[in-house]
Amino acid sequence: MEKYEEKELHLSAEPMKINLGPSHPAMHGTVRVVVHVDGEVIVRSDAQVGFLHRGFEKECENSTWNQVFPYTDRLNYASPLLNEIGYALAVEKLLGVEVTPRCKVLRTLLGELTRIQDHLVCLAAMSMELGAFTPFLYLVKTRDWIYLLLEKVTGQRVMHSFMRIGGMKYDVTEGFKDEVLELLPKVEVTIHDVESLLVKNRIFIDRTVNVGRMTAEDAVYYGWTGPCLRSTGVDYDVRKAQPYLAYGDVEFDVPVGTNGDNYDRFQVRCAEMRQSMRIIEQCFDMLPDGPVMLDLPDISLPEKDDTYTSIEGTIRHFMVVMKGGVVPAGEVYSCTEVANGELGFYLVSTGGGGPHKCRVRAPCFANTAALSEMIDGGFLADVVPTFGSINMIGGECDR
Amino acid sequence: MSKKAIRAVKKACKDAFIDSHAEHGDHTVIVKPEKLLEVVRFLHDDPDMDMKHFCDLTVVDWPEREERFEVVIHLHSLTRHHRIRVKASVAESDPVVPSITPLYKGANWFEREAFDMYGVKFEGHPDLRRILLWEEFEGHPLRKDYPKKRRQCPIPFREDHPDQPPPFRERP
Repeated sequence: MEKYEEKELHLSAEPMKINLGPSHPAMHGTVRVVVHVDGEVIVRSDAQVGFLHRGFEKECENSTWNQVFPYTDRLNYASPLLNEIGYALAVEKLLGVEVTPRCKVLRTLLGELTRIQDHLVCLAAMSMELGAFTPFLYLVKTRDWIYLLLEKVTGQRVMHSFMRIGGMKYDVTEGFKDEVLELLPKVEVTIHDVESLLVKNRIFIDRTVNVGRMTAEDAVYYGWTGPCLRSTGVDYDVRKAQPYLAYGDVEFDVPVGTNGDNYDRFQVRCAEMRQSMRIIEQCFDMLPDGPVMLDLPDISLPEKDDTYTSIEGTIRHFMVVMKGGVVPAGEVYSCTEVANGELGFYLVSTGGGGPHKCRVRAPCFANTAALSEMIDGGFLADVVPTFGSINMIGGECDR
Repeated sequence: MSKKAIRAVKKACKDAFIDSHAEHGDHTVIVKPEKLLEVVRFLHDDPDMDMKHFCDLTVVDWPEREERFEVVIHLHSLTRHHRIRVKASVAESDPVVPSITPLYKGANWFEREAFDMYGVKFEGHPDLRRILLWEEFEGHPLRKDYPKKRRQCPIPFREDHPDQPPPFRERP
């Protein structure tokens, strides 16, 4: 056998620069991470977002108050209803109105159903990135059951546009309660199956424990919220800290982690789904009768019968559609707990038909900002699972 | 609670304070732009305020005002459970405010976004470059005078191929 010269045996010791994404088969979502690697260890990294920027805020500034709803659906497209609720609550705070008791409970209920759906997607993606394909199929199948239910209620499978300023479009369908209560045990079975497959799995533990760690102090400075912040041990949940809708009347716990690593984030999300199911069950017990929509002559559309049979109704319909309704001048910051954390809407009104400024404080944006720090010093193979555990959703992060 | 915060800011940063209000229960202080960091540092350090949780940073454009860019910061305290909004306005001729990144790591990306969208510069930011748009982008799209219909294509138009239409066309 020929003898190689010594210099050929040594691999280059210089750090190498690699582009991960924006369109990479392992990356879910369009994001680019520029990593400098020394062998397999990441020396330095730079996460670059913005590939899904669609000018949400510019579009809102040129829309009427009601026209913003379909755009909010497309922020976090894994849990559209929660975004709609967040925006509706912000405008209602600006108007100084409160929705009907039935609508409050229904919003809470539908929101929690959507939260389960979002966590299912996140866990599915995260487990698949670690090579666990079976949990992915289980979880996505379960999410589809929820989609079917929501489709029945809202008329749309994914982008519902169901909420309105002052309420929601329709009441829920007949038999909704039975269908949801039939579904919840099935969701519980899925979570149990997935946990049994992963939580004590040697490979899963090796790949997630102490990977992508974040300290509580840094997480707070980074503006982290939601399951990511709670995985570090900070028990901050907007639903508990500033109860809105019916969250003040229901009992639920806020699961927290200890270590702030990928494993904790996985566990926190699993535990949160169980709490969401608890909330849904309580919501059905306390669901009052009554209308689901307020009659706000300045901003909400009149009944269809009114529009077609009375001149006042026609004029009101015309004014709301063409001028966009009347919202008093002022500014407001309203935050809600969505699946990824605190979704804040900072609205500025000048009294016109649409927002002067419609700022979205996206939880993903703050969470993803810390990605570089989390993956530095770790292995290249851990970038994608860590990224998955943050649950960065392009639509929300890039707006 | 937050009312106390406003009073404390007024007392501690007397020369920075301009105005305050509490519309819709959101407590707001308006301060001088050059003193912004000082006020935020007070809110961050003071044990009674303890606003360690960074919430949001954005800009509002008021084209009719002389100081048209209003930098809006939302802070939150996890221990005291109160929120505050700090606002400071700067003119278009000199749109510079101090960066709060030395206090809040999370402000890094939010300030980059504000710079990207409005062209407000943050003095002391470690790496102030565009974040959501590409480097060659001209102008700042969330300014009110940026036309909504304007298209900018990252790939130049192929003018040397008259048979081929450009990849993106202006909307009629």
